[in-house]
Amino acid sequence: MGTFIQLVVDGLSTGSIYAALALAIVLVNQATGLINFAQGGMAVLSAYTAYAFLQLGLPLIVAILVAVVISFLMGAVIERLLVRRFEGGDPDTAVVVTIGLLTLVTGISAVLWGYNNLAFPSLFPLTSVEILGAVVSVRSLATTVTIVAIMVVLQVLFLRTKLGLALRAVADNPGSAAFSGLPVGRLLMVGWGLAAVLGAIAGVLVAPQLTLTPGMLDTALVYALAAVILGGLSSPIGCVVAASAIGVLENLVAVYVPLIGHDLKIAVPFVLIFVILVIRPQGLFGRKVVVRV
Amino acid sequence: MTLLELTGVTASYGPVQVLDGVELTVPEGGSVGILGANGAGKTTTLRAISGTVRTGGRIKFEGRDIRGLRPDQVAARGVAHVPEGRGTLGQLSVRENLLVGAYLRKDRGAISRDIDYCLDLFPQLQDRVGSRAASLSGGEQQMLAVARAFMAKPKLLLLDEASLGLAPSTSKAVYEAIRRLRLESGIAMVVVEQNANLAFSLVDTATVLETGRNVLTGSSAELKGMDEIRRAYLGG
Repeated sequence: MGTFIQLVVDGLSTGSIYAALALAIVLVNQATGLINFAQGGMAVLSAYTAYAFLQLGLPLIVAILVAVVISFLMGAVIERLLVRRFEGGDPDTAVVVTIGLLTLVTGISAVLWGYNNLAFPSLFPLTSVEILGAVVSVRSLATTVTIVAIMVVLQVLFLRTKLGLALRAVADNPGSAAFSGLPVGRLLMVGWGLAAVLGAIAGVLVAPQLTLTPGMLDTALVYALAAVILGGLSSPIGCVVAASAIGVLENLVAVYVPLIGHDLKIAVPFVLIFVILVIRPQGLFGRKVVVRV
Repeated sequence: MTLLELTGVTASYGPVQVLDGVELTVPEGGSVGILGANGAGKTTTLRAISGTVRTGGRIKFEGRDIRGLRPDQVAARGVAHVPEGRGTLGQLSVRENLLVGAYLRKDRGAISRDIDYCLDLFPQLQDRVGSRAASLSGGEQQMLAVARAFMAKPKLLLLDEASLGLAPSTSKAVYEAIRRLRLESGIAMVVVEQNANLAFSLVDTATVLETGRNVLTGSSAELKGMDEIRRAYLGG
C-alpha cells in the first residue's frame, strides 16, 4: 500500500509537468488554431535562461522569475515575427514551422550550454513526509500543488477577467473579434507569451529531477501531446486530468505489469490514445465541433 | 453633417476588380441602403468601410480618412460591422458575446444597463443568456450579432444581409427590432439587404450597385417599385 501511494503521488507530480506543457499547447491552440511542437523546446530554453541567471549569482526564485518574464517576451516575439506569417494559412505548413522552431530552439540551447547534463537546484526541499504510511517526497507534492494553483489562476484569468474574455473571443474567431475593437495581433502575442510562461514553469520544476539538457522535455512533450489528444484540445481541465492520469498510469504500469516495465511504459499513453480516439474522436472532455450552415 | 463619405472607392480580390469607384454618403443618424444583384459589390463596400479588404479611393468618417486602418481601429472610431452570416462568437455565451461587444467601453454601469436593453429588444435571447452562441437558432444568432454590435455604442452600424437564411417571419422580427433600435438610439446605418421590402423598411435613401459601380441613387420613396430595382435584384 505504501509503495502504491508513493507511486501515485510521484505519478501526479510528473503528470503535473505534462499538464503544464499540455496547458501551454491548449492555450496556443485555442488562440491560434496551431499545435506548437516547439513548446517543450521553448520551455527548456526558459529553464536554461533561469540557469544562466543563477550562474550570475541571482537567488533561485529571482532567477526563475526573471526567466518567466523573458519567456513571456520570447513567446510574444516568436508569435509576432514568425508564427504570424502562417496563422490562418495552411495548417500543414504551420506544423512544419513549429517543428522547425523546435529544432531551432533546441539547437540554440545546445550551442549556448552544450549537451552535458547540468545540475539545476530544486525550489523545494528534498525531504519527504509520511502520508498514510507511505514516504512521499515534498518535491513531488509541492510540484503538483504549484501546477494545480497555476491551473486555478489560469481558469480565473480566462473566465473572470476582461483579458481572459478577450483572449477567448480572439481564439473563437479573430476576424469577428476585431469588429468589436479587439486588438487581435496584440492578444495573440499575449496568448503565446502566457503559453511560454507555463512552459517555463514546467521547465524549472522538472529540471532538478531530469537535469538540464537540450532534449530534457522531448519525452514530456510526447506525453503532453498525448494528454492534449486524450483530454480534448478544447478543454484545459480535460488535458490536466488526462496528463495526471498518464503520469500515474505509466508509474503504476512500470511497477505492477512486469511485461511492460520501465522500458515499455512510454507505449502506455499511445495505446490509450488509440483506444480512446476510436471510441471518442473528440477526446474525453472535448467538444465536437459542430458547423451550422 | 456628413458622417461617412466614400469617394471613388475601389477594391479587388486578386485580379478581379469588385469595386470600381463606389460613392456613398451617410448623414449623421441617417440610414442608407445598398442594393444590387449578387456580386455587385455590396458586401465588399461594407468590408471596405470596416477595413477588412484593401481599398483605393477615399473613405472619410467624421471628416477623417479611415482608409487603410485595421478593423479594430475602425471599430474604435465608432463603426460596428455585423457581417454576413452571423457575427457571433460561437463558443462564448450570449452574455459574453455582449460583453465582448462592449470591449472598448469604460462605463461599467451603463454596460449592464445596455445588456438589459438588448434583452428587452430581443426577448428571445432572455432565456439563453448563459447558452453558447453556437447553440442558438439562426434567427437568435442574428439577433445576438446585432445586439453585440450595438453594445459597442457605435455611431455607425454596418448591417450585411441580416435576413440571410432566416424564415420570413423571423427576418421580419429582426428588422422590426433593428428599426426600434434605430429610432431609440439614433445610430446611423448602412444596410445591405437582398429583400427589397425589408431594406426599404429601414432606410431613408439607397443606392443600387452594378458590377462595383453606382447606377442609381435616391430616396426610398423614389426607388420603391422602380424597374431598375427589380432588375438589380433579379440580376438581369
